[in-house]
Amino acid sequence: MVAVRREIRFLLNDTEVRLADVAATDTLLNHFRLAQRLTGTKEGCAEGDCGACTVLVGRRAKGTMTYEPVNACIRLLASVDLCHVVTVEHLARGGTLAPVQQAMVSHHGSQCGFCTPGIVMSLHALWLARPDPTVEEVETALQGNLCRCTGYRPIIDAARNVSGDPATDPLMVEGPRIAALLDALDDDARVELGRGGSRAILPAEVDDLAEVLASEPDATVVAGMTDVGLWVTKAMRDISPAVFVGHLEELREVAVSDAGLTIGAGATYADAAPAMAQMFPHLAAYWNRIGGWQVRNMGTIGGNIANGSPIGDTPPVLIALGTTLTLRKGQERRVMPLEDFFLDYGKQDRQPGEFVESVHVARPAAGSLHAAYKISKRRDEDISALACGIAVMLEGDCVREARIAFGGMAATPRRAAQAEAALIGQVWSEAAVETAKTALTEDFAPISDWRAGAEYRMKVARNLLTRFWLESRGETSQLDRGAA
Amino acid sequence: MMEGPAPTSEGRLHDPVAHDSAHKHVAGTAVYIDDMVEPTGTLHACLGLAERAHAEIVAMDLSAVAEAQGVVAVLTAADIPGANDVSPTGKNDDPVFAEGAVEFHGQPIFAVIGETREAARRAVSRAVIGYRDLPHVTDVSDALERVLPHVTEPLTLSRGDIAAALAAAPRRLDGRMRIGGQDHFYLEGQIAMAVPGEDDDVLVHSSTQHPSEVQHMVAHVLGVPSNAVTVEVRRMGGAFGGKETQGNLFAAVAAVAAKRLGRPVKIRPDRDDDMVATGKRHDFLVDYAVGYDDDGRIHAVDAQFAARCGFSADLSGPVTDRALFHADNAYYYPAVRLASRPMKTNTVSNTAFRGFGGPQGVIAAERIIAEIAHALGRDPLEIRKANFYGEPGRDVTPYHQTVEDNILPRLISELETSAGYHERRAEIVAENARGGVIRRGIALTPVKFGISFTATWYNQAGALVHVYRDGSVHLNHGGTEMGQGLFTKVAQVAADCFGIPLDRVKITATTTGKVPNTSATAASSGSDLNGMAAQDACEQIRRRLTAFAAEKWAVPEDEVVFEPGAVRVGAERIAFPDLIEAAYMARVHLSAAGFYKTPGIHWDRAAGKGKPFFYFAYGAAVSEVRIDTLTGEYIVDRVDILHDVGRSLNPAIDRGQVEGGFIQGMGWLTTEELWWDDAGRLRTHAPSTYKIPLASDVPRVFNVTLAEWSENPARTIRRSKAVGEPPLMLAASVLEALSMAAGSCGPHFPHLDPPATPEAVLMACERARGGP
Ligand SMILES: Cc1cc2nc3c(=O)[nH]c(=O)nc-3n(C[C@H](O)[C@H](O)[C@H](O)COP(=O)(O)OP(=O)(O)OC[C@H]3O[C@@H](n4cnc5c(N)ncnc54)[C@H](O)[C@@H]3O)c2cc1C
Ligand code: FES
Ligand code: FES
Repeated sequence: MVAVRREIRFLLNDTEVRLADVAATDTLLNHFRLAQRLTGTKEGCAEGDCGACTVLVGRRAKGTMTYEPVNACIRLLASVDLCHVVTVEHLARGGTLAPVQQAMVSHHGSQCGFCTPGIVMSLHALWLARPDPTVEEVETALQGNLCRCTGYRPIIDAARNVSGDPATDPLMVEGPRIAALLDALDDDARVELGRGGSRAILPAEVDDLAEVLASEPDATVVAGMTDVGLWVTKAMRDISPAVFVGHLEELREVAVSDAGLTIGAGATYADAAPAMAQMFPHLAAYWNRIGGWQVRNMGTIGGNIANGSPIGDTPPVLIALGTTLTLRKGQERRVMPLEDFFLDYGKQDRQPGEFVESVHVARPAAGSLHAAYKISKRRDEDISALACGIAVMLEGDCVREARIAFGGMAATPRRAAQAEAALIGQVWSEAAVETAKTALTEDFAPISDWRAGAEYRMKVARNLLTRFWLESRGETSQLDRGAA
Repeated sequence: MMEGPAPTSEGRLHDPVAHDSAHKHVAGTAVYIDDMVEPTGTLHACLGLAERAHAEIVAMDLSAVAEAQGVVAVLTAADIPGANDVSPTGKNDDPVFAEGAVEFHGQPIFAVIGETREAARRAVSRAVIGYRDLPHVTDVSDALERVLPHVTEPLTLSRGDIAAALAAAPRRLDGRMRIGGQDHFYLEGQIAMAVPGEDDDVLVHSSTQHPSEVQHMVAHVLGVPSNAVTVEVRRMGGAFGGKETQGNLFAAVAAVAAKRLGRPVKIRPDRDDDMVATGKRHDFLVDYAVGYDDDGRIHAVDAQFAARCGFSADLSGPVTDRALFHADNAYYYPAVRLASRPMKTNTVSNTAFRGFGGPQGVIAAERIIAEIAHALGRDPLEIRKANFYGEPGRDVTPYHQTVEDNILPRLISELETSAGYHERRAEIVAENARGGVIRRGIALTPVKFGISFTATWYNQAGALVHVYRDGSVHLNHGGTEMGQGLFTKVAQVAADCFGIPLDRVKITATTTGKVPNTSATAASSGSDLNGMAAQDACEQIRRRLTAFAAEKWAVPEDEVVFEPGAVRVGAERIAFPDLIEAAYMARVHLSAAGFYKTPGIHWDRAAGKGKPFFYFAYGAAVSEVRIDTLTGEYIVDRVDILHDVGRSLNPAIDRGQVEGGFIQGMGWLTTEELWWDDAGRLRTHAPSTYKIPLASDVPRVFNVTLAEWSENPARTIRRSKAVGEPPLMLAASVLEALSMAAGSCGPHFPHLDPPATPEAVLMACERARGGP
């Protein structure tokens, strides 16, 4: 039996906080603004999309701390157990602005100022990691921060002209001390909290998770909260009992082997990014278009699959790569091709008490061609109108195997069986691609909504095969932002 | 990317002084209404919104709402002590709470007052409301077809015999253009907090651009005189026109609840409710016929501007008027008829948004130019130049105001050169001719924007200045700070008047108790009006000080000079605080109320004639884009702007307005799409679905220059020009560049209507090829 602790413990700026009276749905942002009266952090949307609520969450790593920007509005309070939470109030120590703040003032980076604390936090995190960032790195760091006033130019300038050395930043200097403080608070216990019947459970480890879920089969698994957080803030849904998994380091492992890549369900997009980009270079740019930086620091691969959304970005590209999914219930595991998990709209092949444990992606075969495309109204931090993963294995001139998967074209992420069939056995040629394009109309009957019309979805789905063909001939057509 | 000027410490006029709150913004210490310490016992309100686009309310059972945990009260129309109306133009068509029927999906019907915001929000969904559906219309073209009423009186501007001129013109084109609306997406949503006082009194903290109107509306809804209501706002987290009238309802609800319950009440709608229940930029449907000749010179324009106004008038009258005032943009139309059709629809009532209808007029004008250029196979810039306002005979607008200050020829020629327009265009045309998946486009578009409220009486402002015994200055005026840097600029003016450092001027919250009957901070007029009013107040005090010093030190008055750092009296230099202390001891009045009204403007709406604008602000932009013709995706690669702000009061702040306005305009014309479903529900009502520009949408090359040589010929505050709205319209260049790129796919005109989403761009490529 694991020990049970009935409070969460964390550091908020320079204060140790212990809370027992926590509902599953309490958000970090409300905790700052209402309970602690730390009002520097703003609410602009309460759905993770504007970044006004950006704060840093620090986790222990190798004896010191690493800090990531996250959205406090959808980050549930219970999930920061044993973390160091840093708000804008903690940057200007002793009244002296931190270098990023000073740069923002010097470059006229604020107008109404409402987005500014969040922007400062994202840029502070960027500066800690990259003191001398490129424009592209700044843009990537700001994908999750909206500013309606400035047009961003002065903010980008500020980000590129921060003086000082991050090594002397208080957060870096104090890292080992903070880590030690958190170590002292850590008792390896399961945490069980509640208020007014709303319960939150943080299992001690993955086996404990299996046990908790076996006894609470109807519990809500809470990973990165980039979906669940919105159920709370927008739909005001009750998620109790909520079983948090984001803190389970074991579940976040990304293991590279000769066979391929095994990614724990709790790995965030950011956790998985380096290994993904290394083994599948075609995914590097695509990956950075999932959410914004804050969302990539929170959202998990497991959550992106388990939510069963027809417009999640990882399923189509993972399906194209032949990914398998491991589900676990108690000590039992099931392994299935990822596409089989998606039964219908809102319906997945997951039993009560079962959770997604990991995915496995095999190393790509030599001679295979790959692509990943995301089409959205706005380039960054937007949900796909459609997303597409393609893998074509050639034998000589001929297509031996083809895997083409789409999101946004049907009620689930799905393979284009007819289009694949049209290619297999054919000479890899424009003519074969044309046949596959025609076949796509048999595979899908997309819908019209606010992200795109049906006609556009179908037209583009077909054109993406053309794009893929052109790319296979070395003619690249994808737009990039280019150099400044 | 170009570096902006660094802020200076003295803070002199015309220096790039940092925003007065910049330090607080970055430190998170700037206080917005939701950050204020709540008085003990503060309650929280949440609105119950209609779930039908148009229906009769046949039953309403709110008992479950009232019984929900943490609920203190439920308010409906029956609980309003005064008028159930917040119509800003006195039309009585804008209820606080719908009564009997609902006219759009998302219309407020009731409010829950709870111990916490969460309790109030949770309770709302327990309402049981029975509706009987009525036919609804959300789209402008449907409204036209079904001949729905106008929400307000339409306007026609005309000159000459339009039918004859069209018939006589060598060439003619007819077209229709749809122009999308836009949500403000101020980062700080609507919010109000009302604190009840004794008798009828109530103090309302409201995130508003128009405290006086909120004051009058709250009084109207409470049924008390205006002197019982005080409205205060220190700063807004963005507004853009969205807080000109749209804050009224929230303030009224908070005030009614506060007075009824005797406790402070705060209302801060969730972002989704805010976007569903508050008005936006008007969508337009423009039908036009143009007569022109082989040189591309326009002979006649006959155009109808139909707008989706929503269920009530709000500001749709002046907004649709301003669309007509700008339907010429910078071009002379010899014969012209421009008619507005402010259409009623079952959608939220549309409202002010940066440019106030002007941008839609400008976009239509630029479309007409592009279509002529396409028909003649010419560079659109040549057509633009052929039609600019010019010499007498070609210098009168459709509203019969003479354009006397046109600086576009110089502005455009400088920009053409600095941006290398012609070389770049030639290269792009050649490259597009080679074909390929990626196509490029480039466009140079001008803007001419009329400055002044067209409601002439709005062009007045007041200020209140106190000088305290230590020489520190308390500055107050009727303008509001929404991020545009108004407070900084006006403080610079005040500091300059007295020759004191900027940090001796205390900028204070706008409040109806200090300066009464103010106009909205809108129409780009903030600095023009309030800067002048503040200057008037400072000059009154300065005159008293001058007279006092002349007498005391026995020098002629013209030897008393307020220099930076000290006051020179004859041969002596006296520190400002010392002069003030001496003046106080001599019983000189050290406080003054300043006033200003814009001279020389008039407007006869019935006749469609007058001089509604004090002057024009000008600018021009060149934008270059690439599009992917397989998907319609695009990138704006480079933008060069040359903009006229007259003699800038603060070039850093002005540049910020130009850049921010441009990017906001680009968002409007590209990725920002309002999408209603068949049930009349707005489905793009949060940042997850409504996409404003991100840092990664900003052109990597973004050269913004202020025309330093420009000085306002009109007698404005230090010869500066208004800057809030005009730059937004520079984004027309992005739309036109996208249109050129799409148009390169085939021989046909691409008819790319905004918003030019990737989908719209792909469809425009198809149209260029001859598709539907
Ligand atoms: C601002 C923003 C931008 C976004 N952009 C994108 C985008 O570009 N592309 C995209 O694909 N998505 C995007 N999303 C959606 C979101 O990131 C994903 O759906 C995300 O992957 C969900 O993962 P999570 O860890 O946050 O899951 P949670 O929200 O914690 O959970 C989601 C669902 O999965 C279940 N779940 C989670 N983990 C497990 C597990 N291990 N076993 C069983 N069930 C589990 C939960 O019970 C819940 O039903 C965005 C979201 C936001 C807020
Ligand atoms: S408040 Fe908008 S992201 Fe959190
Ligand atoms: S400064 Fe206003 S939103 Fe960024």
